[in-house]
Amino acid sequence: MNHSKILELLPYAAPFRFVDELERVDEQGATGYYTFPPNAGFYRGHFPGHPVTPGVILSETMAQIGLVCLGIYLLQDKIASGQQPGVAFSSQAVDYLKPVYPGERVKVVSEKVYFRFGKLKCKVQLFNAQSELACQGELAGMCSPITAQL
Amino acid sequence: MNQAERLEALRRIIKPYVTDEEAFGNLTEETDFIKDLKINSAHLVDIILDVEDEFDIEIEDEAMEKMLTVKAALSVIEEKAG
Repeated sequence: MNHSKILELLPYAAPFRFVDELERVDEQGATGYYTFPPNAGFYRGHFPGHPVTPGVILSETMAQIGLVCLGIYLLQDKIASGQQPGVAFSSQAVDYLKPVYPGERVKVVSEKVYFRFGKLKCKVQLFNAQSELACQGELAGMCSPITAQL
Repeated sequence: MNQAERLEALRRIIKPYVTDEEAFGNLTEETDFIKDLKINSAHLVDIILDVEDEFDIEIEDEAMEKMLTVKAALSVIEEKAG
């Protein structure tokens, strides 16, 4: 499955889609990029006059690139036409090491721990624009094909 | 391993994932992992993986889907672990 097809199947839309491009997706993991738009709404409140990307948004970015894009790839033979990937975030344990500021392009690298019975668990790292490790942890979610609701 | 020992091992595996402690205290063969113990489907997968390690068995998707109660889990374990 090529990268543009994976991006097409991503079940998110603005302002809650945190994937710009994928560099690598295979059986073992995924690598991709996202640039945080300086005008994103959450910067107005986190924090007024001192915008920093919220940790939950960094986790979401790690999950969308590291788990969901990989999950779509792993499910490729099971997603029939008319179906879409159904995903649910189930757990995370993430350490935050460096702040990520508005406009930064981050790189997310995930490594599969296991994908069994619909549960995908990965070790995921997020690097800031200076290629420094900004956060890392273990994330897991459920991923299975669902029939689109009209 | 007899049935009582298998139940005890299963109880030990389930414990970290339980969110309803009272239901866990009243555990019987009829206890349903999701409805009674309030375990989510992701942690149900963790339990199945722990069961595989503990009993040195391999559980396929079909058997996993049946393992929703203590009784059903014990029956799959008994069948595979002998």
